[in-house]
Amino acid sequence: MSDKTNTPREITFRVRRFDPDTDSAPHWSEYRQHVHDGMTVLEALHQLKAEQEPTLSWRSSCRMGVCGSCGMFINELPQLACQTQVLHLGTDVVSIAPLPNYDNVKDLVPDLAPLIEKHAAIKPYIIYTDQIEIDSPTGEFLQTPEEREAFSQFTHCIKCGLCLAACPTVATDPLFLGPQALAQAYRYTADNRDCGMKERIEAIDIFHGPYQCHFAGACSQACPKGVDPAFGIQLLKRALVLDSIGFGKKKSLLAKVMPLADVVKAIEEFAPPPRTV
Amino acid sequence: MNSNKPTAYNNRLGVKGWVYAGRYTFERYLYLGHRLSGLGLIAYMVLHIVETANRMRGEEAWAALMTLFASPLFRVIEYLLFAAAVFHAMNGVRLLLTELGFFLGKPREPVYPYSSSIKRHRPLTYIIMALAGLIIILGGSSLFFP
Repeated sequence: MSDKTNTPREITFRVRRFDPDTDSAPHWSEYRQHVHDGMTVLEALHQLKAEQEPTLSWRSSCRMGVCGSCGMFINELPQLACQTQVLHLGTDVVSIAPLPNYDNVKDLVPDLAPLIEKHAAIKPYIIYTDQIEIDSPTGEFLQTPEEREAFSQFTHCIKCGLCLAACPTVATDPLFLGPQALAQAYRYTADNRDCGMKERIEAIDIFHGPYQCHFAGACSQACPKGVDPAFGIQLLKRALVLDSIGFGKKKSLLAKVMPLADVVKAIEEFAPPPRTV
Repeated sequence: MNSNKPTAYNNRLGVKGWVYAGRYTFERYLYLGHRLSGLGLIAYMVLHIVETANRMRGEEAWAALMTLFASPLFRVIEYLLFAAAVFHAMNGVRLLLTELGFFLGKPREPVYPYSSSIKRHRPLTYIIMALAGLIIILGGSSLFFP
């Protein structure tokens, strides 16, 4: 149970240390520190660095769960240090290690390069095939709220990499594209403005692609933003199956473009009524 | 700095990463069970080919092998194989349904506390696992108490 009082409680922090210049393997160091209610693991690390261990390294930035820099393996679960309150963990000993399944650069710093490479591999952008329209646009894309809702959930990804640290398949298959990239592949495939299904399939429908996922759900449990990458992967599989048997979502070769004149007309049509006072 | 020294430590969990489900949810354990039972069934398939190949060594060798398989130990092994096959098949049906997007709900704006597809899918998971358990118990009763 968490301590709801403001009296500081003494907590033991087991921190995994690794210095590539002096160590051949990581080791654990223990520090005791007073923690007050509401204190996050990130704040505790800052205090630890200021008062006890000035060489301790980690990566963090925004302190508010937006940048996704401070992902760590806290009490055996991948979590953002800035969003995890120490006393809410409910243990007197808190273990902090770098995210697994990534190379460990130093202390609590993981090398997130594979995450970014896999993300880039799935072509995470809207692919539009009409080069003339790209060069000289004649109007705006149309998108209804329902069409937006089909993929909106997956746009909240902050690329913190917790999902890859949690994924049991990534643990044994380094080439598996992983929950982050595959959920983003669905995010762009489901976008009605995108015409790149064929192009994207070449990158994702591979041996190390979505079918290596057996819906363990660890990625969705770890995701700090509610993106639910496991869900995205299942929807991507369905889209691939439907596409392969010819029942894919019938998108026009070119996503619909609303001429500028019609945009102006629509704005006038949905304009608020004239003021009465 | 020594140029032979690795600049980063390989922190990949490897086999431990999928064998140890730790504090993750129920579905993470089903993932483990699915892989273990799958590996068990593959191992059985190889053993089954070796076993049936014994017929080529004559009727006596075959009869001796059948006597061995009738022993209580092999009965238990046979039952474990049956249980693995039932679990793998039932969980496979569950995975097939999820891969086609059934019983997962619809994408929605993530509003805290987040509702994941795993939670929305869980009632079906429980039903399928209960059915698998029932089949395994019934199979056991017919095997051990015919």
